[in-house]
Amino acid sequence: MQKTYYDPKDLKDFGKISEWDQELGEKFFEYYGKVFEEGALTAREKSLIALAVSHTVQCAYCIDAYTSDGLKRGLEREEMMEAVHVAAAIKSGATLVHGVQMMKKYDKLSM
Amino acid sequence: MKSLAKRKDSLADPKNQLALFNSGAFANGELPTFKQKVSESNQYPLKPTKLEIFQVNVGYMCNQVCAHCHVDAGPDRKEIMTTETMQLCLDKLKESGATTLDLTGGAPEMNPNFRWFVEEASKIGVQDFIVRSNLTILRANKKYYDLPDFFKKHNIHVVSSLPFYKRGKTDKQRGNGVFDDSIKALKELNKVGYGIEGSGLQLDLVFNPSGAFLPGNQAELEQEFKTALKEDFGITFNNLFAITNLPVSRFLEFLVASENYEDYMDELVDAYNPSAVENLMCKNTISVDWNGNLYDCDFNQQLDLKVATKGKHLSEFDVEALSNRQIIVSQHCYGCTAGAGSSCQGSVA
Repeated sequence: MQKTYYDPKDLKDFGKISEWDQELGEKFFEYYGKVFEEGALTAREKSLIALAVSHTVQCAYCIDAYTSDGLKRGLEREEMMEAVHVAAAIKSGATLVHGVQMMKKYDKLSM
Repeated sequence: MKSLAKRKDSLADPKNQLALFNSGAFANGELPTFKQKVSESNQYPLKPTKLEIFQVNVGYMCNQVCAHCHVDAGPDRKEIMTTETMQLCLDKLKESGATTLDLTGGAPEMNPNFRWFVEEASKIGVQDFIVRSNLTILRANKKYYDLPDFFKKHNIHVVSSLPFYKRGKTDKQRGNGVFDDSIKALKELNKVGYGIEGSGLQLDLVFNPSGAFLPGNQAELEQEFKTALKEDFGITFNNLFAITNLPVSRFLEFLVASENYEDYMDELVDAYNPSAVENLMCKNTISVDWNGNLYDCDFNQQLDLKVATKGKHLSEFDVEALSNRQIIVSQHCYGCTAGAGSSCQGSVA
């Protein structure tokens, strides 16, 4: 039994999820591949978005994958860190904006 | 930074590099050797096709000491091809029927016999006469300032390294100031017509990743380089070749020191593309070292893997025997078959 929850090598085996449900696995990977194709957004822009989202969902596999992907695409560290800050700002903003709900509830209940 | 050779680093000895390729994951069967992998797709042994490219490494001396250099070139390398060996190259080039002459180094321009060689070689009239220039040499000393005109006079096809279109990544890989000097050199080449549409003077750039990862899509990178260099500096060029860093010499040293070696080899094996094998550059190329020895490619040259024929030197050059040889492979060859493949002319698949 492995002693840690994460093993970087598991990422290489991602495709194996289709072995237990071929139809859904294949549909997922087809969808995934299509999403990252060049479209109204460039593949480079999509890579940066993926990197930012990887941080908000705190997926270690995804962070590894999209840091490498960014390097291959020539992304610079400044661009990548700015993307992470965008993710962090949204995540902290999402926490903080609920403060309005807290304030309203507090005021409503208070004399 | 000094070369591995000057530092007497253990990796300066090709035997130690080859021993590394045959240890660890490749020895315990965790990863297939290149020979095993190629055999799976019935493409082993690798045999040459028609000889087209005669690639001559005129010496390992260079004005730069790039962190990724597979040649381990630098100012402290003194291996320089003599005019006698150059003459032998010209004689055998004619005999070989090759249509491309490709001069590399080191910085080939630093060989004191470089201009003589170019002048003599251009008389032969090969279809494509390539000089691989690191760009900064064109601005390193006044004696090199006229090289763009010299290249133009002999209709040289200039292939230049530029790791990135921004200063940071370029200087990190190649040394401080390299980016600015490279931009100046590219402007000088443009000025005499290189890379300008309709001039007929070919200027191609070489991109290689600045770290332990594979290059991205060549066509996308080319477009980005073209847009950025045009917008920022008014520079134009013809093609961009995306080349994978092979785990040889100083790039291998970097991989080992940064503890990226195993993961990088794993990535290369994982990205193995059997369709790249057909167009590997070793199939239509002969590589010659400064001393006249013959190899399947410039990487095998740095690993001291001479051609598997009786004649291993220009003086014993035998086109027939070479065309029947078996190309020597090891684990470094995975670098040329990863993803879209890699050669001195960029992607191959």
